[in-house]
Amino acid sequence: MREFAFARAATVDDAVAAPDGAMFLAGGTTLVDLMKLGVLRPRVVMDINALPLREITLDEAGLTVGAGARMSDLATHPDAVRAFPLVVQALLAGASQQIRNMASIGGNLMQRTRCGYYRDPGSACNRRDPGGGCAALDGANRTHAVLGTSPSCVATHPGDLAVALTALDATVRIAGRGGERDLPLAAFYRVPGGTPHIENALGPGELITAVHVPFADGHSAYVKVRDRASYEFALASAAVLLRVREGVIAAARVAVGGVATVPWRLPAVEAALTGLPATPGGFDGAAARAAEGARALAHNGYKIPLLRNTVLRAVEEALAR
Amino acid sequence: MSDGATVSTGTTVSMGTTVSTRLRVDGEPVELSVDARVTLLDALRDLLGVTGPKKGCDHGQCGACTVRVEGRTALSCLTLLAAAEGADVETVHALAADPRGARLREAFVAHDAFQCGFCTPGQLMSAFAALDRPDLEDPAAIREFMSGNLCRCGAYPNIVAAIRQARGGHGA
Repeated sequence: MREFAFARAATVDDAVAAPDGAMFLAGGTTLVDLMKLGVLRPRVVMDINALPLREITLDEAGLTVGAGARMSDLATHPDAVRAFPLVVQALLAGASQQIRNMASIGGNLMQRTRCGYYRDPGSACNRRDPGGGCAALDGANRTHAVLGTSPSCVATHPGDLAVALTALDATVRIAGRGGERDLPLAAFYRVPGGTPHIENALGPGELITAVHVPFADGHSAYVKVRDRASYEFALASAAVLLRVREGVIAAARVAVGGVATVPWRLPAVEAALTGLPATPGGFDGAAARAAEGARALAHNGYKIPLLRNTVLRAVEEALAR
Repeated sequence: MSDGATVSTGTTVSMGTTVSTRLRVDGEPVELSVDARVTLLDALRDLLGVTGPKKGCDHGQCGACTVRVEGRTALSCLTLLAAAEGADVETVHALAADPRGARLREAFVAHDAFQCGFCTPGQLMSAFAALDRPDLEDPAAIREFMSGNLCRCGAYPNIVAAIRQARGGHGA
């Protein structure tokens, strides 16, 4: 691990005044891991655990979650359990119980790809080392993305929570040196394009302070398919929320993970589901649209049917609730 | 916070490559002033001689380093010591003084819930957290809860049986 200076912020103003290139430390489950690997090499680590950012509050607009709340805080919060089962289901599908106790909600949204080439400083990676090339394009790319890829980067976004929050039209509150701003999560993440090292919309010093999840009623399900039943990242996942009126799907929201470079909303699937009878069967055509535009690499072609089938299962599980 | 090599930040926050941290370890107050890179796990084992927590993968994947921080299980290998300022840290050594911890240990012995024993301190810490969870009646739920603790000897069925026994008479 490269040497760094450590500081404890007492206020949000302290934190956002950190020197450029400083990295914020909450639970540390991503940052400490990647510092040990030599992937992240901050000169300054700013501990934000003392900031008053752990509250979870419900009001008429929805749920507001302090970015410092831990995954397990949110997963067990009575308001979240009652009114946001999709969020809770996605949280509990991720990590292990120890990591859920440690990892903050803000940090969860900031977690880095699990691409093995990104995690290995000895390999070519445009995301870690801009212009360095991409070893995954012709390498072991079984777990890599089929949506949102570019010739520069095919790394998969690893999140579960972010997929559910994308389906739910969540926004993030961001503090910076000039004040606060709110940004839809859908506008927060950046597809790699030619600049895969720019992963999100945060500017220098900016810090996520809260996540807001607006109310959305309906039948929901989060389905995660992975190589082992627990404590593993998704090969494909789907968050679905369906509003049913008089036996018909009146509105649908669908986002997927494990298959794309960022949490990926599927408007074509949502449109195709809307108006269908809310009865089992008959969703194959809508689910098939999930893979529109998908591009397979040498070893991840299975993700295209897996993506369709994961969406299909999530729609059926949601309606069964 | 000690200076070490200080960095100019333009803020009032002091920062340094050497950091002073106060915490409690198994009930004892401790103060250490060390390099900011030192993890809680390395501090426990190498600086304080508390060798119950084990270094397996050192990357948060195996659970051998599991301790309790503020009463909740945490991975000491991914916790910087400096980030544990003010924390109450309990290791497997603290379980011995707790009647439920002692019962859990007996259940692990009775069910042969280990072979080499390297993962056992971490397994015990997670198993201890499983004792009072109402949602862990089902063995499948216990397996899910314990998935952050790997056992390369493959004692998993016995670990689940030991937890069921310690939770109250099941699997004995």
